[in-house]
This record gives sequence, C-alpha cells and structure tokens, in this order.
Amino acid sequence: MADAMSGRSPVRQDAATHNGARAAGVDAAPPATDPLAIAGRTLRSRLVMGTGGFSSLALLADAIAAGGSELVTVALRRIDPAARGSLIDVLDAAGVELLPNTAGCHTARDAVLTARLAREAFATDWVKLEVIGDEDTLMPDAPELLRAAEELVEEGFVVLPYTTDDPVLARRLVDVGCAAVMPLGSPIGSGMGIRNPYNISLIREAVDVPVVLDAGIGTASDATLAMELGCDAVMVASAISRAEDPVRMAAAMRAAVNAGRLARTAGRIPRRLHARASTPDEGLADLA
Amino acid sequence: MILLNGEQSELASGETLAAALERLGVTTEQRGVAVAVDGEVVPRAQWRSLVLSEHARVEVLSAMQGG
Repeated sequence: MADAMSGRSPVRQDAATHNGARAAGVDAAPPATDPLAIAGRTLRSRLVMGTGGFSSLALLADAIAAGGSELVTVALRRIDPAARGSLIDVLDAAGVELLPNTAGCHTARDAVLTARLAREAFATDWVKLEVIGDEDTLMPDAPELLRAAEELVEEGFVVLPYTTDDPVLARRLVDVGCAAVMPLGSPIGSGMGIRNPYNISLIREAVDVPVVLDAGIGTASDATLAMELGCDAVMVASAISRAEDPVRMAAAMRAAVNAGRLARTAGRIPRRLHARASTPDEGLADLA
Repeated sequence: MILLNGEQSELASGETLAAALERLGVTTEQRGVAVAVDGEVVPRAQWRSLVLSEHARVEVLSAMQGG
C-alpha cells in the first residue's frame, strides 16, 4: 500500500481498530459527507462501484475497501463450473449491498426476465436496469428502457435505470416510479468524463429522486464534477478496475466524490468575467 | 433433447431440475444462483420438484463481476 494511504492519523487508527473488515493500510475513516437515501435505504458512501474488470477477487476486495463503497453492482451469467472463488462470498465479506444489473440485455423482455432472475439469485428487489440499444456506444434504448422500468416497478422492484443524459427521459422514468436515475456522462468504459454537464444539471433540476452519474468517469476530477453538478452519487467501474493501480484509484474516487459533495453543499462562488479582489483596499499605504 | 446452458445435455425428460443442477455442481442450497426453464424463472422452492420436459431449455445463472 502506498504511503499516501497508510494509516497515520489517530482518527484513522481508531476507525481502523473498529472496522477490522477493512483491508490493512487503507483509510477506514468514515466519509465526511451527509448520507444518501435511496428508496428508504441509507448509504454513507456516495460512491457506487462496479465489480467488473478486476483481474482477481482479492484485488476487487481491496478496491472496495479503499473506495468505501457500500453498494456494488453484479451481473448474472451462465454458471461456470470451473470458476475459482465465489464473488458472492467476497462481497459478503466486504459487507456491501448488491445492485444486480441487466447488462447485456437489448430488449425490455430480456431485462425484465434478468431482473426477476437476479431477485431470485441475490434476494434483493433492487436492480440497475440496463437496456442496450447499440453495441458501439452501449447507449440505452430509450423506449425499451421505459417499458422495462414500468413493468419492473409494477412488479415491486426498486429500479435504478441507466439512462441517457436526456432530462425528458429522466423525468419519464421517474414518472413510472423509478427510485433513482443513472444518466451517463459518456459511453460506458470510454473514460471520456461528462460530455454534457449542462444536461446533468438539467436532470438534477428535472427529477426529485437521487441522480447517480453512471458511465464515462475516467478519473477523479470527473467524479468530483458530477457531484458539483448536483449528482447524489457516482457509479464507477472501469475507471477503477482498469486503472494501473485500482486500489489507489478507488481511494482517489472516494476522496473525489466526497470533495464534490462538500463543494456542492458548501455553495460555490458565482463565475465572474472580471477579477474581484479578496484583499480590501481600505488602509492601503500611500507609497507614492 | 434438453439444453443446459445452451449445450445439449445427456439429461432425459422426466428428470428433475435438481438433477440438472447437480451436473453443474450446483446444490439446491447454493447462494447467488438463479434458474430459468423455457424463459421463465423457477423459484428455488421448485428446484427439487420440477420435472423437465423433452425439449426443455434450462439456464443456470450465477453472480459474475460486472459494471
């Protein structure tokens, strides 16, 4: 573990002592922001992590510990009898809640069936609803997404849809009962950050449920921007798992999300074209 | 012919779903597993009793790393 993350402060030591589940050497101090509520569940961490792309389950566990995430996504695939290690056991040990996704589904029908299977497998009503419309961009198929969301809400699911950065679609998804919306910043895995920050702000204004920026995050500043724009949480997958040092990047994302949330709630100064001195002119010496 | 996760299996019609699961090393108590037969979810409580028909398509799914 890097020096930058080694436990040195008394606060950190205390927290580590009280939380033995955390990986050794990783900052175990509680996040410094207000908790997030989604569908009646309270999350202290505003970082949602994807579990895909990690080269080993051990690395995944260390990254979750470093990121401090309490909610992580999982997928459902045909069982591999030769698979080594149990993802479920690792996530259980990490103490995180599962958010099953419907990744790979291209129709409302497939997504609904996958959500039902996930409910059976993971004993949770929560689902990150993905209905993909295009293989090159992995952009959502809006009509199918809305149809699937409506059906799943009717079946009692807590639906968190992966959606475009369209405020109208976001509102329609909330109208049919989605518990949150997860607009993309840019295409999945692209690391291109938030290409249309104005639309993310508009979505924040358009809906009264949590907004979770999903997809496109490349580095810490992208996550901070999302929070500054008013997102309630950020979902990060590839940016952590495919970083050169995923554990260190998870720690960076944790700090970035907290920084963005603090800045958002602190209320930033307005942008001005011209300078405004912070040092008063009053009492200036006459040196002429 | 019964299809098990997309592959032709040696299962015969009349066998139970539990028998199919056994071939994949899955027990009826195993966590993080879900089963669909012919596109419909089969609740865990029915795994032991469900009898497979001749052309059943059985999908056995489990947790996988994913975004």
